[in-house]
Amino acid sequence: MAFTGLFLITFLIVHAGVNACIFLNDGGETFKDIAHFMSHNWILRFLEIGLFATLILHMIQGLMLWSQNRKARPVAYHVTKANENSKWYSRSMGILGTLLLLFLIMHMAHFFVGTKIALYGGDKPHDLFEEMKTVFSVWYIVALYMVGLIALFWHLLHGFQSAFQTFGLNHKRYTPIIKAMGAGYTVIICLLFALMPLAFYFGWIR
Amino acid sequence: MEHYNMNLTLKIWRQKNSKTAGTLETYNVKDISSEMSFLEMFDVLNEQLIVTGDDPIAFDHDCREGICGQCSMHIDGRAHGPWTNNTTCQLHMRAFKDGDTIVVEPWRSKAFPVIKDLVVDRGAFDRIMQAGGFVSVNTGNAVDANSIPIDKKDADNSFMAASCIGCGACVATCVNSSAMLFVSAKVSQLALLPQGAPERESRVLNMVAQMDKEGFGNCTNTYACEAECPKGISVSNIARMNREYLSAGLSTES
Ligand code: HEM
Ligand code: SF4
Ligand code: FES
Repeated sequence: MAFTGLFLITFLIVHAGVNACIFLNDGGETFKDIAHFMSHNWILRFLEIGLFATLILHMIQGLMLWSQNRKARPVAYHVTKANENSKWYSRSMGILGTLLLLFLIMHMAHFFVGTKIALYGGDKPHDLFEEMKTVFSVWYIVALYMVGLIALFWHLLHGFQSAFQTFGLNHKRYTPIIKAMGAGYTVIICLLFALMPLAFYFGWIR
Repeated sequence: MEHYNMNLTLKIWRQKNSKTAGTLETYNVKDISSEMSFLEMFDVLNEQLIVTGDDPIAFDHDCREGICGQCSMHIDGRAHGPWTNNTTCQLHMRAFKDGDTIVVEPWRSKAFPVIKDLVVDRGAFDRIMQAGGFVSVNTGNAVDANSIPIDKKDADNSFMAASCIGCGACVATCVNSSAMLFVSAKVSQLALLPQGAPERESRVLNMVAQMDKEGFGNCTNTYACEAECPKGISVSNIARMNREYLSAGLSTES
């Protein structure tokens, strides 16, 4: 969980960074260049397979964890005041993860499938920038992206620091720093991603 | 603190044995003193039940001074009730007001089957201890207590981990019914000392294997255990056990 989670966290930095090039407001030129480079570089193709394997592994581990943990308490409490001893999102990683999975299916359908068809079968390269414009012109799609990002926010807020504890790093001095870094990472990544659909929808980028 | 009396409605889990299903039953108690402990309130109720010819409520207790870890009760949605760093026997009735309704349930976990009413079988903890929660010592003359120098910091951390009383509140309170806080306290208390070194690797591997076998859930770092532990055992022990487990797992040859 922790290993695959941290790998996904690293991926999100690259993903958010590349996509943030759309904010340069150069008609997507820089973004297109990088996207072209990335889809034609064999090292990155190789890493992409690793990314999907990691994601699937993370999901399988998560679902196994979730089902084993449900079985560990066959009779539920009539009354629990869990909010007095832990954060709701730390107890909801399975549900938040499932929301993320639903989001990812939609996200892949929007941006992954088209790119791959163009890459291996199409005659002209796929214009991801134009694709983003079209996808994010529909209000309910933009709303669904926001829901997905809210799920991501809470999943990462717990997951980032949780991964370090799982690896055995808990220290009076460093743990507060890790938690602050996790919160900072989560806020920045989610804000960046949230701004993209909004920017297209409200015409801040063209 | 001013003394007062209270009348209470209690909803208590009644269950004949591990095979039958249980239910919450409602009882009323009158004139309970705010200076009683929660268990003394239960004694009053049980006296009442005996007088009326009913079956008294079975609950675990022993020391009644917060050190044995027997008094397992999930009170109003919290392990050992509303106070923190506290056991049920040390919970006093001044935590409640006249007219309150209090729900009392047993620890709920597959690894802790209910024996009767509020009494659960915590034998799983004993079996985890048997799997590695010990040190080898030389027999013969007692060794001088101060013959092995130990870093004060390690001694303190070991002592803090050793203050775990095996109550099971960590399991009871965890959404996953994970026993990581208990096991990590027991692993840490020995791993930090030179006396624990000989079995260091096999200890953590065997205790974790036994923990998994008992049907506890897996830790997802919600840290609810630390918040509810009567002895304030820190989740840094869990991190230490994860380190021990990783390094033992990597270096073991079997
Ligand atoms: C695709 C759907 C996903 C599912 C079903 C899922 C499910 C889970 C579950 C059940 C946990 C365990 C709870 C815990 O250890 O606290 C978890 C942990 C975690 N997840 Fe996800 N997740 C998904 C996507 C992601 C993504 C996209 C990322 C990162 C960008 C991520 C990062 C993490 C991290 C860092 C942890 C903590 C690891 C640990 O504490 O050991 N997850 N996830
Ligand atoms: S770690 Fe705390 S809650 Fe768990 S058994 Fe020990 S004393 Fe009880
Ligand atoms: S009865 Fe011993 S700790 Fe409560």
